[in-house]
Amino acid sequence: MRVRVLFFALYRDLAGTSELELELPAGATVETAVELLRSQVKGLARLPREVVVAVNREYAARDTPLAEGDEVALLPPVGGG
Amino acid sequence: MTVRTWITTEPLDPAQVLACVGAPEDGAVLLFLGIVREENEGRRVVSIRYDAYVAMAERVLAEVAREAAGRLGTERIAVVHRIGELGVGEASVAIAVSSPHRAEAFDACRYIIEEIKRRLPIWKEERYVDGEARWLAGSVPPVPASGGGAS
Repeated sequence: MRVRVLFFALYRDLAGTSELELELPAGATVETAVELLRSQVKGLARLPREVVVAVNREYAARDTPLAEGDEVALLPPVGGG
Repeated sequence: MTVRTWITTEPLDPAQVLACVGAPEDGAVLLFLGIVREENEGRRVVSIRYDAYVAMAERVLAEVAREAAGRLGTERIAVVHRIGELGVGEASVAIAVSSPHRAEAFDACRYIIEEIKRRLPIWKEERYVDGEARWLAGSVPPVPASGGGAS
């Protein structure tokens, strides 16, 4: 399956892009996607161990299952105001 | 009247936000503005660039305002967050609330700004007079412990 991955702020700087498409094996979770990105994208090896991820615009747990076409966003610690 | 929330790149107009709230039975109307300061951690600030995951920030901001409405006891809440490049003295956020009595209004307003800082997917890059820039450290938002199913 394929998912769309979005990067913001510091993580966009690390990834060198604001988005990409990622091919994942069936049964993949948020954890699978983060580990694949860490190993495949130069710069993302420096991601902190605990990365905040949103799936389809909701904060998601590491074991959240992913589905074809999901929007997966890697979010540095947040803060408006 | 219903809760109103939005994200914009335009300068904020406090009068427009205030005009979204208020009713004959209200004895308290509050307006909170968050402003870009000229100094942070001992460094002179020129501007702050606000980056956002806009689609998600709109959803989270609406959720925060609905939660605040539950505490306030009225739907008379308006919240706007500005993104993009803001100079010192410009407003990044405006919150207006109104209710019959002041205690609930203060509580709801405080709740909204604290939750904005805790969980709105927005990031600030501060630019300094010496030409340097850096992403400010944010807070880790509450994330579900297990994702068996989306809420």
